[in-house]
Amino acid sequence: MMTTLFKIIGWGLRGIVVLWVLASLGAEFVAPYKPNDIVGQMWNGAFWQDTSETARQVLGTDQLGRDLLSRLLYGTRNTLTVALGATFAAFAVGIGFGFWAAIARGRIDMACSRVADLIIAVPTLIVTLLVIAAVGPSVGVLVAIIAVVDGARVFRLARLVAMNICAMEYFESARLRGENLRWLMLHEILPNVRMPLITEFGLRFCFIFLFIAALSFLGLGLQPPEADLGSMVRENASAISFGVLAPFFPAAVIAMLAIAVNLSSEALVRAKRRA
Amino acid sequence: MTVLTRTILTRIAASIIMLVLISVFIFFAVDMLPGDVARAILGSSATTEALAALRTKLGLDEPAVWRFAHWAWGVLHGDFGTSITTQEPVTTIISFRLGNTLWLAALAAAISIPLALALGIGSALWEGSAFDRIASIVTLGAISMPEFFVAYSLVALFALNWQIFPPISTVTTDSTFLDRLDALILPAITLAFAVVAHMMRMIRAAILDVLGSPFMVMAELKGMPLRRRILRHALPNAAAPIINVIVLNLAYLIVGVVVVEVIFVYPGLGQLLIDSVAQRDLPLVQAGSLIFAAIYLTLNTVADVLAIAFNPRLRFPR
Repeated sequence: MMTTLFKIIGWGLRGIVVLWVLASLGAEFVAPYKPNDIVGQMWNGAFWQDTSETARQVLGTDQLGRDLLSRLLYGTRNTLTVALGATFAAFAVGIGFGFWAAIARGRIDMACSRVADLIIAVPTLIVTLLVIAAVGPSVGVLVAIIAVVDGARVFRLARLVAMNICAMEYFESARLRGENLRWLMLHEILPNVRMPLITEFGLRFCFIFLFIAALSFLGLGLQPPEADLGSMVRENASAISFGVLAPFFPAAVIAMLAIAVNLSSEALVRAKRRA
Repeated sequence: MTVLTRTILTRIAASIIMLVLISVFIFFAVDMLPGDVARAILGSSATTEALAALRTKLGLDEPAVWRFAHWAWGVLHGDFGTSITTQEPVTTIISFRLGNTLWLAALAAAISIPLALALGIGSALWEGSAFDRIASIVTLGAISMPEFFVAYSLVALFALNWQIFPPISTVTTDSTFLDRLDALILPAITLAFAVVAHMMRMIRAAILDVLGSPFMVMAELKGMPLRRRILRHALPNAAAPIINVIVLNLAYLIVGVVVVEVIFVYPGLGQLLIDSVAQRDLPLVQAGSLIFAAIYLTLNTVADVLAIAFNPRLRFPR
Protein backbone atom coordinates (compact mmCIF):
# COMPACT_ATOMS: atom_id res chain seq x y z
CA MET A 1 0.00 0.00 0.00
CA MET A 2 2.68 2.41 1.20
CA THR A 3 4.97 1.47 -1.67
CA THR A 4 2.29 2.04 -4.29
CA LEU A 5 1.46 5.41 -2.79
CA PHE A 6 5.11 6.50 -2.90
CA LYS A 7 5.41 5.21 -6.46
CA ILE A 8 2.36 7.19 -7.55
CA ILE A 9 3.68 10.36 -5.89
CA GLY A 10 7.12 9.80 -7.44
CA TRP A 11 5.77 9.28 -10.95
CA GLY A 12 3.32 12.17 -10.56
CA LEU A 13 6.13 14.50 -9.56
CA ARG A 14 8.32 13.38 -12.45
CA GLY A 15 5.40 13.81 -14.86
CA ILE A 16 4.80 17.37 -13.69
CA VAL A 17 8.51 18.17 -13.98
CA VAL A 18 8.71 16.75 -17.52
CA LEU A 19 5.67 18.83 -18.57
CA TRP A 20 7.17 21.92 -16.92
CA VAL A 21 10.53 21.46 -18.69
CA LEU A 22 8.76 20.95 -22.04
CA ALA A 23 6.75 24.13 -21.40
CA SER A 24 9.94 26.04 -20.59
CA LEU A 25 11.56 24.81 -23.82
CA GLY A 26 8.66 26.32 -25.74
CA ALA A 27 8.52 29.39 -23.48
CA GLU A 28 8.02 31.71 -26.47
CA PHE A 29 4.69 30.00 -27.22
CA VAL A 30 3.55 29.04 -23.72
CA ALA A 31 4.48 32.05 -21.59
CA PRO A 32 1.67 34.65 -21.36
CA TYR A 33 4.11 37.61 -21.42
CA LYS A 34 7.67 38.44 -22.47
CA PRO A 35 10.13 37.81 -19.58
CA ASN A 36 11.32 41.43 -19.31
CA ASP A 37 8.01 43.23 -19.95
CA ILE A 38 6.54 45.20 -17.06
CA VAL A 39 2.91 44.15 -16.96
CA GLY A 40 1.61 45.19 -13.55
CA GLN A 41 2.44 46.52 -10.13
CA MET A 42 5.17 45.27 -7.84
CA TRP A 43 4.41 41.92 -6.18
CA ASN A 44 0.81 41.30 -7.21
CA GLY A 45 -0.38 38.16 -5.43
CA ALA A 46 -1.03 34.81 -7.10
CA PHE A 47 -4.50 34.11 -8.51
CA TRP A 48 -5.85 32.67 -5.26
CA GLN A 49 -4.62 35.64 -3.25
CA ASP A 50 -5.46 38.49 -5.62
CA THR A 51 -8.94 37.95 -7.00
CA SER A 52 -9.56 41.51 -8.16
CA GLU A 53 -10.57 42.23 -11.77
CA THR A 54 -7.25 43.91 -12.54
CA ALA A 55 -5.14 40.88 -11.62
CA ARG A 56 -4.20 39.16 -14.85
CA GLN A 57 -1.07 37.27 -13.84
CA VAL A 58 -1.49 33.64 -12.83
CA LEU A 59 1.29 33.62 -10.24
CA GLY A 60 1.43 37.39 -9.70
CA THR A 61 4.32 39.72 -10.48
CA ASP A 62 7.92 40.11 -9.33
CA GLN A 63 9.77 43.04 -7.73
CA LEU A 64 9.62 45.09 -10.95
CA GLY A 65 6.07 44.13 -11.92
CA ARG A 66 7.11 41.52 -14.45
CA ASP A 67 4.94 38.41 -14.89
CA LEU A 68 6.24 35.74 -12.54
CA LEU A 69 5.01 32.71 -14.49
CA SER A 70 6.66 33.87 -17.73
CA ARG A 71 9.92 34.60 -15.95
CA LEU A 72 9.78 31.21 -14.24
CA LEU A 73 9.45 29.48 -17.62
CA TYR A 74 12.30 31.43 -19.22
CA GLY A 75 14.34 31.15 -16.02
CA THR A 76 13.95 27.37 -15.90
CA ARG A 77 15.25 27.15 -19.46
CA ASN A 78 18.22 29.44 -18.77
CA THR A 79 19.26 27.70 -15.56
CA LEU A 80 18.82 24.23 -17.09
CA THR A 81 20.83 25.18 -20.17
CA VAL A 82 23.74 26.49 -18.12
CA ALA A 83 23.63 23.49 -15.77
CA LEU A 84 23.50 21.00 -18.67
CA GLY A 85 26.29 22.79 -20.51
CA ALA A 86 28.44 22.82 -17.38
CA THR A 87 27.76 19.13 -16.70
CA PHE A 88 28.69 18.18 -20.28
CA ALA A 89 31.84 20.30 -20.01
CA ALA A 90 32.77 18.60 -16.72
CA PHE A 91 32.22 15.17 -18.28
CA ALA A 92 34.22 16.05 -21.39
CA VAL A 93 37.15 17.14 -19.20
CA GLY A 94 36.81 14.27 -16.70
CA ILE A 95 36.34 11.51 -19.27
CA GLY A 96 39.05 12.85 -21.57
CA PHE A 97 41.71 13.02 -18.86
CA GLY A 98 40.42 9.92 -17.04
CA PHE A 99 40.64 7.65 -20.10
CA TRP A 100 43.95 9.19 -21.12
CA ALA A 101 45.40 8.56 -17.66
CA ALA A 102 44.13 4.96 -17.68
CA ILE A 103 45.59 4.26 -21.14
CA ALA A 104 48.91 6.07 -20.68
CA ARG A 105 49.54 5.05 -17.03
CA GLY A 106 52.92 5.91 -15.49
CA ARG A 107 53.84 9.53 -15.09
CA ILE A 108 50.85 10.98 -16.97
CA ASP A 109 48.46 9.02 -14.75
CA MET A 110 50.39 10.11 -11.64
CA ALA A 111 50.37 13.79 -12.64
CA CYS A 112 46.65 13.85 -13.56
CA SER A 113 45.65 12.02 -10.37
CA ARG A 114 47.62 14.34 -8.07
CA VAL A 115 46.12 17.43 -9.73
CA ALA A 116 42.63 15.93 -9.34
CA ASP A 117 43.36 15.19 -5.65
CA LEU A 118 44.41 18.78 -5.13
CA ILE A 119 41.25 20.15 -6.77
CA ILE A 120 39.00 17.85 -4.76
CA ALA A 121 40.73 18.81 -1.50
CA VAL A 122 39.56 22.44 -1.79
CA PRO A 123 35.86 23.15 -1.21
CA THR A 124 34.11 23.85 -4.53
CA LEU A 125 32.36 27.01 -3.40
CA ILE A 126 35.61 28.57 -2.19
CA VAL A 127 37.48 27.94 -5.46
CA THR A 128 34.55 29.36 -7.40
CA LEU A 129 34.32 32.47 -5.22
CA LEU A 130 38.07 33.01 -5.55
CA VAL A 131 38.02 32.82 -9.35
CA ILE A 132 34.90 34.99 -9.60
CA ALA A 133 36.57 37.57 -7.32
CA ALA A 134 39.53 37.67 -9.67
CA VAL A 135 37.77 37.55 -13.05
CA GLY A 136 34.25 38.85 -12.37
CA PRO A 137 30.98 36.93 -12.70
CA SER A 138 29.82 35.61 -16.09
CA VAL A 139 28.27 32.45 -17.50
CA GLY A 140 31.47 31.46 -19.35
CA VAL A 141 33.56 31.71 -16.20
CA LEU A 142 30.98 29.69 -14.26
CA VAL A 143 30.93 26.87 -16.82
CA ALA A 144 34.74 26.84 -16.99
CA ILE A 145 35.13 26.59 -13.21
CA ILE A 146 32.56 23.80 -12.94
CA ALA A 147 34.22 21.97 -15.85
CA VAL A 148 37.49 21.91 -13.89
CA VAL A 149 36.17 21.39 -10.34
CA ASP A 150 33.52 18.78 -11.13
CA GLY A 151 35.66 17.42 -13.97
CA ALA A 152 38.18 16.35 -11.31
CA ARG A 153 35.49 14.26 -9.61
CA VAL A 154 34.35 12.73 -12.90
CA PHE A 155 38.02 12.05 -13.67
CA ARG A 156 38.31 9.73 -10.67
CA LEU A 157 35.37 7.61 -11.75
CA ALA A 158 36.29 7.63 -15.46
CA ARG A 159 39.88 6.60 -14.70
CA LEU A 160 38.72 3.83 -12.38
CA VAL A 161 36.24 2.24 -14.80
CA ALA A 162 38.61 2.68 -17.76
CA MET A 163 41.38 0.87 -15.84
CA ASN A 164 39.25 -2.28 -15.86
CA ILE A 165 38.72 -2.08 -19.62
CA CYS A 166 42.43 -1.46 -20.23
CA ALA A 167 43.18 -4.83 -18.66
CA MET A 168 40.91 -6.62 -21.19
CA GLU A 169 42.27 -8.61 -24.10
CA TYR A 170 40.20 -6.84 -26.75
CA PHE A 171 41.66 -3.54 -25.60
CA GLU A 172 45.20 -4.95 -25.72
CA SER A 173 44.62 -6.22 -29.27
CA ALA A 174 43.25 -2.85 -30.37
CA ARG A 175 46.35 -1.21 -28.99
CA LEU A 176 48.56 -3.74 -30.81
CA ARG A 177 46.63 -3.04 -34.03
CA GLY A 178 48.07 0.46 -33.67
CA GLU A 179 44.78 2.30 -33.09
CA ASN A 180 45.26 5.92 -32.07
CA LEU A 181 44.29 7.43 -28.71
CA ARG A 182 41.03 8.86 -30.02
CA TRP A 183 39.85 5.48 -31.31
CA LEU A 184 40.85 3.71 -28.10
CA MET A 185 38.91 6.22 -26.00
CA LEU A 186 35.75 6.52 -28.11
CA HIS A 187 35.39 3.02 -29.58
CA GLU A 188 37.07 0.65 -27.14
CA ILE A 189 36.49 2.14 -23.67
CA LEU A 190 33.50 4.48 -23.84
CA PRO A 191 30.85 2.01 -25.11
CA ASN A 192 31.78 -0.42 -22.33
CA VAL A 193 31.62 1.98 -19.40
CA ARG A 194 28.42 3.80 -20.34
CA MET A 195 26.29 2.67 -17.41
CA PRO A 196 28.35 3.97 -14.44
CA LEU A 197 28.99 7.21 -16.32
CA ILE A 198 25.31 7.76 -17.08
CA THR A 199 24.38 7.16 -13.43
CA GLU A 200 27.09 9.59 -12.38
CA PHE A 201 25.77 12.10 -14.92
CA GLY A 202 22.38 12.24 -13.19
CA LEU A 203 23.90 12.82 -9.75
CA ARG A 204 26.49 15.31 -11.00
CA PHE A 205 23.85 17.24 -12.93
CA CYS A 206 21.77 17.54 -9.79
CA PHE A 207 24.73 18.89 -7.77
CA ILE A 208 25.72 21.31 -10.52
CA PHE A 209 22.15 22.53 -10.96
CA LEU A 210 21.81 23.24 -7.22
CA PHE A 211 25.28 24.80 -7.16
CA ILE A 212 24.46 27.20 -10.01
CA ALA A 213 21.16 28.07 -8.35
CA ALA A 214 23.02 28.83 -5.10
CA LEU A 215 25.62 30.98 -6.87
CA SER A 216 22.92 32.90 -8.74
CA PHE A 217 21.15 33.35 -5.43
CA LEU A 218 24.35 34.89 -4.06
CA GLY A 219 24.36 37.25 -7.06
CA LEU A 220 27.42 35.66 -8.65
CA GLY A 221 25.84 33.47 -11.35
CA LEU A 222 23.74 34.61 -14.29
CA GLN A 223 23.41 38.37 -14.34
CA PRO A 224 20.21 40.44 -14.61
CA PRO A 225 17.98 41.13 -16.52
CA GLU A 226 18.31 37.51 -17.67
CA ALA A 227 15.60 35.44 -15.98
CA ASP A 228 17.18 32.77 -13.79
CA LEU A 229 15.75 30.72 -10.95
CA GLY A 230 18.43 31.43 -8.34
CA SER A 231 18.52 35.18 -8.86
CA MET A 232 14.69 35.30 -8.92
CA VAL A 233 14.70 33.95 -5.36
CA ARG A 234 17.14 36.62 -4.23
CA GLU A 235 15.44 39.52 -6.02
CA ASN A 236 12.08 38.63 -4.53
CA ALA A 237 13.36 37.55 -1.11
CA SER A 238 12.02 40.57 0.78
CA ALA A 239 8.48 39.90 -0.53
CA ILE A 240 8.04 37.26 2.18
CA SER A 241 7.71 40.00 4.79
CA PHE A 242 4.54 41.16 2.98
CA GLY A 243 3.12 37.64 2.79
CA VAL A 244 3.75 37.44 -0.97
CA LEU A 245 4.88 34.04 -2.18
CA ALA A 246 7.04 35.34 -5.06
CA PRO A 247 10.40 33.91 -3.84
CA PHE A 248 8.81 30.52 -3.15
CA PHE A 249 7.88 29.74 -6.72
CA PRO A 250 11.41 29.75 -8.20
CA ALA A 251 12.73 27.98 -5.09
CA ALA A 252 10.03 25.33 -5.43
CA VAL A 253 10.81 24.83 -9.13
CA ILE A 254 14.48 24.28 -8.25
CA ALA A 255 13.59 21.82 -5.50
CA MET A 256 11.16 19.88 -7.71
CA LEU A 257 13.58 19.60 -10.61
CA ALA A 258 16.35 18.40 -8.30
CA ILE A 259 14.09 15.87 -6.55
CA ALA A 260 12.85 14.50 -9.90
CA VAL A 261 16.40 14.06 -11.23
CA ASN A 262 17.50 12.42 -7.98
CA LEU A 263 14.50 10.06 -7.97
CA SER A 264 15.23 9.02 -11.54
CA SER A 265 18.93 8.37 -11.00
CA GLU A 266 18.13 6.45 -7.82
CA ALA A 267 15.64 4.31 -9.78
CA LEU A 268 18.36 3.76 -12.41
CA VAL A 269 20.84 2.59 -9.79
CA ARG A 270 18.27 0.24 -8.28
CA ALA A 271 17.32 -1.20 -11.67
CA LYS A 272 21.00 -1.79 -12.45
CA ARG A 273 21.59 -3.52 -9.11
CA ARG A 274 18.65 -5.83 -9.77
CA ALA A 275 19.88 -6.75 -13.26
CA MET B 1 57.38 3.87 15.39
CA THR B 2 54.41 1.63 14.80
CA VAL B 3 52.73 1.24 11.43
CA LEU B 4 49.73 3.18 12.72
CA THR B 5 51.65 6.29 13.78
CA ARG B 6 53.67 6.26 10.57
CA THR B 7 50.54 6.07 8.38
CA ILE B 8 48.89 8.86 10.34
CA LEU B 9 51.98 11.07 10.22
CA THR B 10 52.24 10.54 6.45
CA ARG B 11 48.61 11.55 6.08
CA ILE B 12 49.11 14.69 8.17
CA ALA B 13 52.24 15.61 6.23
CA ALA B 14 50.32 15.19 2.98
CA SER B 15 47.64 17.61 4.23
CA ILE B 16 50.23 20.19 5.21
CA ILE B 17 51.73 20.02 1.72
CA MET B 18 48.20 20.31 0.34
CA LEU B 19 47.54 23.39 2.46
CA VAL B 20 50.74 25.04 1.20
CA LEU B 21 49.73 24.28 -2.41
CA ILE B 22 46.25 25.67 -1.76
CA SER B 23 47.66 28.89 -0.30
CA VAL B 24 49.90 29.20 -3.38
CA PHE B 25 46.79 28.76 -5.52
CA ILE B 26 44.76 31.23 -3.48
CA PHE B 27 47.52 33.81 -3.78
CA PHE B 28 48.20 33.36 -7.48
CA ALA B 29 44.55 32.98 -8.58
CA VAL B 30 44.51 36.74 -8.34
CA ASP B 31 47.70 36.96 -10.37
CA MET B 32 46.49 34.65 -13.12
CA LEU B 33 43.79 37.07 -14.12
CA PRO B 34 44.18 38.47 -17.59
CA GLY B 35 44.99 42.18 -17.52
CA ASP B 36 45.73 44.26 -14.46
CA VAL B 37 44.47 43.73 -10.91
CA ALA B 38 44.62 47.43 -10.15
CA ARG B 39 42.52 48.27 -13.19
CA ALA B 40 40.06 45.49 -12.37
CA ILE B 41 39.55 47.01 -8.92
CA LEU B 42 39.39 50.68 -9.89
CA GLY B 43 37.48 50.26 -13.16
CA SER B 44 38.28 51.56 -16.64
CA SER B 45 37.86 55.23 -15.75
CA ALA B 46 40.75 55.30 -13.24
CA THR B 47 43.59 57.74 -13.74
CA THR B 48 47.17 56.63 -14.33
CA GLU B 49 48.27 58.06 -10.96
CA ALA B 50 45.55 56.19 -9.08
CA LEU B 51 46.50 52.95 -10.83
CA ALA B 52 50.18 53.43 -10.01
CA ALA B 53 49.36 54.27 -6.38
CA LEU B 54 47.20 51.15 -5.96
CA ARG B 55 49.86 48.99 -7.64
CA THR B 56 52.46 50.22 -5.15
CA LYS B 57 50.04 49.70 -2.27
CA LEU B 58 49.27 46.14 -3.34
CA GLY B 59 53.01 45.63 -3.94
CA LEU B 60 52.32 44.68 -7.56
CA ASP B 61 55.59 46.20 -8.75
CA GLU B 62 57.61 43.60 -6.85
CA PRO B 63 58.39 40.10 -8.16
CA ALA B 64 55.58 37.57 -7.62
CA VAL B 65 57.62 35.10 -5.56
CA TRP B 66 58.73 37.85 -3.19
CA ARG B 67 55.12 39.03 -2.80
CA PHE B 68 53.99 35.49 -2.01
CA ALA B 69 56.75 35.05 0.56
CA HIS B 70 55.78 38.34 2.15
CA TRP B 71 52.08 37.43 2.26
CA ALA B 72 52.73 33.91 3.56
CA TRP B 73 55.05 35.28 6.29
CA GLY B 74 52.30 37.68 7.35
CA VAL B 75 49.65 34.94 7.37
CA LEU B 76 51.84 32.74 9.58
CA HIS B 77 51.99 35.64 12.04
CA GLY B 78 48.25 36.23 11.89
CA ASP B 79 48.52 39.23 9.58
CA PHE B 80 46.34 38.97 6.47
CA GLY B 81 47.04 42.48 5.17
CA THR B 82 44.67 45.44 4.91
CA SER B 83 41.18 45.47 3.42
CA ILE B 84 40.96 47.55 0.25
CA THR B 85 37.44 48.86 0.87
CA THR B 86 37.51 49.66 4.60
CA GLN B 87 41.26 50.16 5.12
CA GLU B 88 41.08 48.14 8.34
CA PRO B 89 43.41 45.23 9.10
CA VAL B 90 41.83 42.04 7.74
CA THR B 91 42.57 40.18 10.98
CA THR B 92 40.42 42.59 13.03
CA ILE B 93 37.46 42.27 10.64
CA ILE B 94 37.70 38.51 10.49
CA SER B 95 38.13 37.52 14.14
CA PHE B 96 34.60 38.57 15.26
CA ARG B 97 33.06 36.99 12.18
CA LEU B 98 34.95 33.71 12.42
CA GLY B 99 33.66 33.30 15.97
CA ASN B 100 30.09 33.85 14.75
CA THR B 101 30.48 31.29 11.96
CA LEU B 102 31.89 28.69 14.34
CA TRP B 103 29.00 29.37 16.72
CA LEU B 104 26.45 28.70 13.96
CA ALA B 105 28.24 25.58 12.76
CA ALA B 106 28.51 24.25 16.32
CA LEU B 107 24.80 24.76 16.97
CA ALA B 108 23.90 23.07 13.67
CA ALA B 109 26.18 20.17 14.57
CA ALA B 110 24.62 19.89 18.03
CA ILE B 111 21.20 19.55 16.41
CA SER B 112 22.11 17.33 13.48
CA ILE B 113 24.50 14.72 14.87
CA PRO B 114 22.19 13.21 17.56
CA LEU B 115 19.23 13.41 15.18
CA ALA B 116 21.11 11.70 12.35
CA LEU B 117 22.35 8.98 14.71
CA ALA B 118 18.84 8.27 16.05
CA LEU B 119 17.22 8.27 12.60
CA GLY B 120 20.02 6.28 10.98
CA ILE B 121 20.13 3.56 13.65
CA GLY B 122 16.33 3.42 13.77
CA SER B 123 15.82 3.01 10.05
CA ALA B 124 18.61 0.40 9.84
CA LEU B 125 17.07 -1.68 12.63
CA TRP B 126 13.58 -1.50 11.17
CA GLU B 127 14.72 -1.83 7.56
CA GLY B 128 11.83 -1.86 5.10
CA SER B 129 9.31 -0.65 7.67
CA ALA B 130 7.07 2.36 7.15
CA PHE B 131 9.45 4.44 9.29
CA ASP B 132 12.40 3.45 7.09
CA ARG B 133 10.57 4.18 3.85
CA ILE B 134 9.26 7.56 4.97
CA ALA B 135 12.71 8.50 6.28
CA SER B 136 14.28 7.51 2.97
CA ILE B 137 11.81 9.59 0.93
CA VAL B 138 12.11 12.61 3.23
CA THR B 139 15.91 12.54 3.21
CA LEU B 140 16.01 12.27 -0.58
CA GLY B 141 13.80 15.35 -0.70
CA ALA B 142 15.93 17.17 1.87
CA ILE B 143 19.14 16.49 -0.09
CA SER B 144 17.56 17.84 -3.28
CA MET B 145 16.16 21.03 -1.78
CA PRO B 146 18.24 24.17 -2.05
CA GLU B 147 19.11 25.79 1.30
CA PHE B 148 17.20 28.95 0.47
CA PHE B 149 13.98 27.02 -0.10
CA VAL B 150 14.22 25.42 3.33
CA ALA B 151 15.31 28.71 4.89
CA TYR B 152 12.51 30.84 3.45
CA SER B 153 9.91 28.20 4.29
CA LEU B 154 11.12 28.27 7.91
CA VAL B 155 11.11 32.08 7.94
CA ALA B 156 7.59 32.20 6.49
CA LEU B 157 6.29 29.76 9.11
CA PHE B 158 8.21 30.54 12.30
CA ALA B 159 9.12 34.18 11.86
CA LEU B 160 6.17 35.67 9.95
CA ASN B 161 3.23 33.38 10.58
CA TRP B 162 3.77 32.48 14.23
CA GLN B 163 6.45 35.05 15.09
CA ILE B 164 8.41 32.75 17.39
CA PHE B 165 11.91 33.43 16.06
CA PRO B 166 13.41 36.51 14.35
CA PRO B 167 13.59 36.39 10.50
CA ILE B 168 17.05 37.97 10.51
CA SER B 169 19.90 36.81 12.75
CA THR B 170 21.40 39.95 14.24
CA VAL B 171 24.17 39.50 16.80
CA THR B 172 26.67 41.98 18.18
CA THR B 173 29.77 41.63 20.30
CA ASP B 174 27.68 41.95 23.49
CA SER B 175 24.89 39.50 22.67
CA THR B 176 24.21 37.10 25.50
CA PHE B 177 24.14 33.34 25.08
CA LEU B 178 20.31 33.27 24.94
CA ASP B 179 20.18 36.12 22.41
CA ARG B 180 22.47 34.18 20.15
CA LEU B 181 20.51 30.96 20.58
CA ASP B 182 17.27 32.75 19.69
CA ALA B 183 18.82 34.40 16.62
CA LEU B 184 20.51 31.24 15.41
CA ILE B 185 17.77 28.63 15.75
CA LEU B 186 16.37 29.04 12.23
CA PRO B 187 19.72 29.16 10.37
CA ALA B 188 20.96 26.20 12.41
CA ILE B 189 17.87 24.14 11.52
CA THR B 190 18.30 25.07 7.85
CA LEU B 191 21.91 23.89 7.90
CA ALA B 192 21.03 20.77 9.84
CA PHE B 193 18.38 19.83 7.28
CA ALA B 194 20.71 18.89 4.44
CA VAL B 195 23.43 17.46 6.68
CA VAL B 196 21.09 15.21 8.68
CA ALA B 197 19.76 13.68 5.47
CA HIS B 198 23.21 12.83 4.17
CA MET B 199 24.56 11.58 7.52
CA MET B 200 21.47 9.51 8.19
CA ARG B 201 21.74 7.70 4.85
CA MET B 202 25.41 6.88 5.40
CA ILE B 203 24.85 5.75 9.00
CA ARG B 204 21.98 3.52 7.89
CA ALA B 205 24.14 1.96 5.17
CA ALA B 206 27.04 1.41 7.59
CA ILE B 207 24.85 -0.33 10.17
CA LEU B 208 23.03 -2.46 7.59
CA ASP B 209 26.44 -3.55 6.34
CA VAL B 210 27.40 -4.78 9.80
CA LEU B 211 23.97 -6.31 10.56
CA GLY B 212 24.29 -8.53 7.49
CA SER B 213 27.65 -9.98 8.50
CA PRO B 214 27.97 -13.61 9.78
CA PHE B 215 29.01 -12.69 13.33
CA MET B 216 25.73 -10.83 13.83
CA VAL B 217 23.75 -13.86 12.65
CA MET B 218 25.86 -15.96 15.03
CA ALA B 219 25.08 -13.62 17.93
CA GLU B 220 21.37 -13.84 17.14
CA LEU B 221 21.47 -17.63 16.92
CA LYS B 222 23.20 -17.79 20.30
CA GLY B 223 20.06 -16.14 21.65
CA MET B 224 21.69 -12.87 22.61
CA PRO B 225 19.16 -10.13 23.43
CA LEU B 226 18.71 -7.40 20.80
CA ARG B 227 19.99 -4.61 23.03
CA ARG B 228 23.29 -6.36 23.69
CA ARG B 229 23.65 -7.36 20.03
CA ILE B 230 23.32 -3.77 18.90
CA LEU B 231 25.34 -2.05 21.61
CA ARG B 232 28.17 -4.56 22.01
CA HIS B 233 28.49 -6.09 18.55
CA ALA B 234 26.96 -3.90 15.82
CA LEU B 235 27.82 -0.35 16.89
CA PRO B 236 31.55 -0.81 17.65
CA ASN B 237 32.04 -2.33 14.21
CA ALA B 238 30.05 0.36 12.46
CA ALA B 239 31.80 3.12 14.43
CA ALA B 240 34.57 3.81 11.92
CA PRO B 241 32.41 4.71 8.91
CA ILE B 242 29.95 6.57 11.15
CA ILE B 243 32.63 8.78 12.73
CA ASN B 244 34.09 9.33 9.29
CA VAL B 245 30.82 10.53 7.79
CA ILE B 246 30.10 12.76 10.79
CA VAL B 247 33.45 14.54 10.50
CA LEU B 248 33.09 14.89 6.71
CA ASN B 249 29.69 16.50 7.25
CA LEU B 250 31.17 18.90 9.79
CA ALA B 251 33.50 20.02 6.99
CA TYR B 252 30.46 20.49 4.79
CA LEU B 253 28.72 22.49 7.53
CA ILE B 254 31.59 24.97 7.74
CA VAL B 255 31.41 25.69 4.00
CA GLY B 256 27.64 25.29 3.57
CA VAL B 257 27.33 28.06 6.13
CA VAL B 258 28.07 30.66 3.41
CA VAL B 259 24.65 30.57 1.72
CA VAL B 260 22.74 30.33 4.99
CA GLU B 261 24.57 33.34 6.44
CA VAL B 262 23.60 35.41 3.41
CA ILE B 263 19.94 34.40 3.72
CA PHE B 264 19.72 35.33 7.39
CA VAL B 265 22.02 38.37 7.08
CA TYR B 266 24.16 36.85 9.82
CA PRO B 267 27.51 38.62 10.35
CA GLY B 268 29.68 35.57 9.78
CA LEU B 269 32.73 34.79 7.70
CA GLY B 270 30.66 33.44 4.80
CA GLN B 271 28.66 36.61 4.37
CA LEU B 272 31.90 38.59 4.55
CA LEU B 273 33.43 36.39 1.86
CA ILE B 274 30.48 36.91 -0.49
CA ASP B 275 30.50 40.67 0.10
CA SER B 276 34.22 40.93 -0.53
CA VAL B 277 33.92 38.84 -3.71
CA ALA B 278 31.25 41.25 -4.95
CA GLN B 279 33.41 44.27 -4.04
CA ARG B 280 36.57 42.48 -5.25
CA ASP B 281 38.31 43.19 -1.96
CA LEU B 282 41.11 40.74 -2.70
CA PRO B 283 42.99 40.61 0.66
CA LEU B 284 39.69 39.77 2.40
CA VAL B 285 38.81 37.15 -0.24
CA GLN B 286 42.22 35.54 0.15
CA ALA B 287 42.01 35.47 3.94
CA GLY B 288 38.44 34.12 3.95
CA SER B 289 39.17 31.43 1.36
CA LEU B 290 42.31 30.35 3.19
CA ILE B 291 40.49 29.99 6.50
CA PHE B 292 37.60 28.03 4.96
CA ALA B 293 39.97 25.81 2.98
CA ALA B 294 42.15 25.19 6.04
CA ILE B 295 39.21 24.18 8.25
CA TYR B 296 37.80 21.96 5.50
CA LEU B 297 41.16 20.30 4.93
CA THR B 298 41.80 19.82 8.65
CA LEU B 299 38.43 18.14 9.20
CA ASN B 300 38.97 15.90 6.17
CA THR B 301 42.35 14.88 7.56
CA VAL B 302 40.81 14.16 10.95
CA ALA B 303 38.18 11.99 9.24
CA ASP B 304 40.87 10.06 7.38
CA VAL B 305 43.05 9.62 10.46
CA LEU B 306 40.10 8.36 12.51
CA ALA B 307 39.12 5.96 9.74
CA ILE B 308 42.68 4.60 9.62
CA ALA B 309 42.81 4.32 13.41
CA PHE B 310 39.53 2.38 13.52
CA ASN B 311 40.07 0.17 10.50
CA PRO B 312 43.32 -1.85 10.48
CA ARG B 313 42.82 -2.74 6.82
CA LEU B 314 43.44 0.87 5.78
CA ARG B 315 46.86 0.91 7.45
CA PHE B 316 48.51 -0.62 4.42
CA PRO B 317 47.51 1.50 1.44
CA ARG B 318 47.90 -0.36 -1.83
